[in-house]
Amino acid sequence: MNLKQQFKEGLITQNPVTVQLLGMCSVMAITTSLFNGIGMGLSVLVILTLSNIFIAALRKIIPNKIRIACFIVVIATFVTVVDLLLQAYIPDLATNLGVFIPLIVVNCIILGRAEGFCYKNGVAASAADGVFQGLGYTVILIVMCVVRELLGKGAFGGGILNGGDGIQLFPTHFAALGMALPVGGFLTLACVIAAMQYFLSKPKKKSEEKEEVAK
Amino acid sequence: MGVELLTIALGAILVNNFIFSQFLGICPFMGVSKSTDTASGMGLAVTFVMGLASAVCWPINHFILEPNGLVFMQTIVYILVIASLVQFIEMFLQKSMPSLYTALGVYLPLITTNCAVLGVVLQNTQNSYGFVSSVVYGVTGGLGFLLAIYLFAAVREKLEFAEVPKSFEGFPIALVTAGLLALSFMGFSGLKIFG
Repeated sequence: MNLKQQFKEGLITQNPVTVQLLGMCSVMAITTSLFNGIGMGLSVLVILTLSNIFIAALRKIIPNKIRIACFIVVIATFVTVVDLLLQAYIPDLATNLGVFIPLIVVNCIILGRAEGFCYKNGVAASAADGVFQGLGYTVILIVMCVVRELLGKGAFGGGILNGGDGIQLFPTHFAALGMALPVGGFLTLACVIAAMQYFLSKPKKKSEEKEEVAK
Repeated sequence: MGVELLTIALGAILVNNFIFSQFLGICPFMGVSKSTDTASGMGLAVTFVMGLASAVCWPINHFILEPNGLVFMQTIVYILVIASLVQFIEMFLQKSMPSLYTALGVYLPLITTNCAVLGVVLQNTQNSYGFVSSVVYGVTGGLGFLLAIYLFAAVREKLEFAEVPKSFEGFPIALVTAGLLALSFMGFSGLKIFG
C-alpha cells in the first residue's frame, strides 16, 4: 500500500461521506458551526486511527465469528475515552455535540473500516488509513459547516474566531434560517455529494472518450 | 402522568422526529427506503428493538451501573446490550416466525448499528426518564421512525420515474426529498401540547 494512493482514496475517490455514504447522521446533525465541525472531525479522526491500529494488531487473535462484537467493544472503549477527555478539557464542545459523541460507536465509518480494511491489512497501513479516512470526513464536515453557517447565519468561523461569535459577513436578517435547521443539513449534503459525483464523473468521461478515439 | 406520557409520545413522533429533526438513524433510512414493503418491515423491527432496548437498559443503568459508580461504562454496556438483543431477536424470529425473518433478511443485524437505537437509550438516561417514560419514548420514537421511513419510501417509489439532473441522480436527489420532508415536519415544531 502506498501512502499517496491511500491519501487520494481517503480524501477523494473513496471519501467516507460523499462516496461510501457512511456516517451521515453526524455529518448533518452537528455541522452548524465551524467549531463543532472541526471538533467532531478531529474526535472521529483520533478514534478511527486508534481503533484501526488496535484492530489491525489484534486481527489474528479475533475469532472470525464474533469479530463484529469485538470491533464494537474496541471502538466503544476509545469513544468513551475521548468522551471523558472532551467533557474534562473542552466542556463547550462536549455540550454542543451532546449525544453525538457517544454515538460515534455506531458511526458506520469506523466499523466499516475495521471490517473492510483493518481485518485484512497490517498495523502501519491501517494507521495511515485511519488518518486519511478521518481527514476525508473532517474536510466534508468543514465544507458543510462553512456553507451552512454562511447561508444560515451570515457568519464564518462560529465558536472559534472573534471570541466565539464568528465573523459576521452580512446581517443575520438577510440569512436563510432554514439552512441552519435540519432542512439545510439535508440540502447541503445533497449538493456536496452531487458536486462530488459531478467531479468524479468528469475524468471518467475523458478517459472513455480517449478510448473511443483510440479505437 | 398520562399527560406527561402523551407529551413524550407526540414529541417523539412529530415534533422531535428521530429522522427529521434529530438526524438519528439516517443510514437505514436512506438504505432501506427503496420500496414501502421493506421500509415498513424495517420500521416495525426498529420500533420493536427501540422499545425493548429502552426497557432492558433502564434497569441495568438504574440497578447495576449507578449504585456501583460505573456510569462511565454506559456507552459500552448499552451497545453490548443492544447487540445481544438484536442477536436474540434474530434467533427467536428464525425459529418462530421464519416468514418475517426472511422478509427482514440482512436488515435485522444492521439494527445494531442504527444510531436511533443507541440514541434513544442514551437520551433516556440523559433526560433521567423513569421506566414507563423510557419505554414510551422508545416505542414512540420507533413509530416516528416508521412514519418517516414509510412516507419517504412512498415518495421515493415515484421518484424512480422522474427526470433528474445527472449529478443529482441516486443519492443526492433522495437527500433533497428527505430535506423537503424535514421542512414539512418543521411545521410540527410550533406544536405545544398542554402549554
